[in-house]
Amino acid sequence: MWQCVSCQTCSTRCPKSVDCAGIMDALRQLSFERGVTTPDQQRTVLFQKAFLANIRRNGRLNELELIGEFKLTTFLSGRSVAFLLKDATLAPELMKRKKFHLVGEKAHDRAVVARIFARCMDNSPL
Amino acid sequence: MNLAYYPGCALHGSSNDYEQSLRACLGALDVQLKELDDWICCGATAAHSLNQKLAVALPARNLALAESKGFHEVLAPCPMCSMQLLKARKELAENEALRRSVSEIVELEVRGEAKVLNLIQLFESIGLDKLKAAVKVPLSSLNAACYYGCLLTRPPEVVEFDDFEQPRSMEKILETLGGKTVDWNYRTECCGAGMTMANEQTVLDLSHKILTNAKKHGANCLVVACPMCHVNLDMKQPNIEQHYGVKHAMPIYYLSDVVGLALGFEPEGLGVDRHFVPGVARSADLQVSTPDAGRKAGAVGKA
Repeated sequence: MWQCVSCQTCSTRCPKSVDCAGIMDALRQLSFERGVTTPDQQRTVLFQKAFLANIRRNGRLNELELIGEFKLTTFLSGRSVAFLLKDATLAPELMKRKKFHLVGEKAHDRAVVARIFARCMDNSPL
Repeated sequence: MNLAYYPGCALHGSSNDYEQSLRACLGALDVQLKELDDWICCGATAAHSLNQKLAVALPARNLALAESKGFHEVLAPCPMCSMQLLKARKELAENEALRRSVSEIVELEVRGEAKVLNLIQLFESIGLDKLKAAVKVPLSSLNAACYYGCLLTRPPEVVEFDDFEQPRSMEKILETLGGKTVDWNYRTECCGAGMTMANEQTVLDLSHKILTNAKKHGANCLVVACPMCHVNLDMKQPNIEQHYGVKHAMPIYYLSDVVGLALGFEPEGLGVDRHFVPGVARSADLQVSTPDAGRKAGAVGKA
């Protein structure tokens, strides 16, 4: 289910109108809440966790922070130096194209964002 | 039109070339973009994968912000954002108890009434006649593969836009601009979406199939209306070429790039020069119509 890219094709084409993509979401949410993931699925879970943690702090996504946190947590769980360093050459390419922001945007009212997260994720392991 | 602009994180991050081109075209078409004050992330795939309440609350907060300022329509040029906003809007409209509890969670009254438009719908509401009248440089050398990806047309009961198997809205815009479009098979297949970092192999595989099919059907460029599609097909194209040992050299334009070029903007005014795969170098190159020059017009540059 962590391989699923949420393209919605299965739900859209199901002849019995089963919302397969919605079921994938429900399974992922359950798996996340209960902390049950197999090692080969860890990377995607860590990415989604880092993404949400980033929004919780900033209100908006800070790409550099997300990549840093994702790479670090992935490294700590698997110790893959190759994965840690992968895509490092992308940074200067993005800089050259003015697509690289050292400091990302933040929402002004981050306190309300934190409260929204707290209300939604009271039993969640994030 | 009383239109709020919800850029979403991508357009203020590494997809700022998309925002550059859409601001240029909309300015030329007299559409004022009023950015939604203190908008927050829609939650994207992370929210709907990990927490159902957040997947509704984050977009709902943005809808409520728009409604509280009296906006009736919200432009969300990223299909991930527009789908998340529309999905929350639909769920809230159908469930009063949810509307009440989400309003408490997001600390604003959410009615879920503001309409959400993608970029194609905005051009349609401006009017194809008006667009045609504004064309200064017909795109006669473009033979474009219009690529919709997933979330512009799916889930159909949420986005209620175009035909979800055989969409034609982008082709109509391209034809209005004097360009040609190709019939091909991968218009609504997925490019791998937000899995670029977490699951790169899936992105390489899916995007390679899309590029291969577009080329096979004679396209000299792809046109997209999604920042994630652009990242996977443009930024990752060198990785795809390396991985599969092929040369695609396929320029990937945002819809607002081709509209802007037709309106007479030069590529650097639209951010086309900041793509990874080189696109046209000058707008005049778009008017050459011999087949060989047409190929060049797809990619004048180092490609």
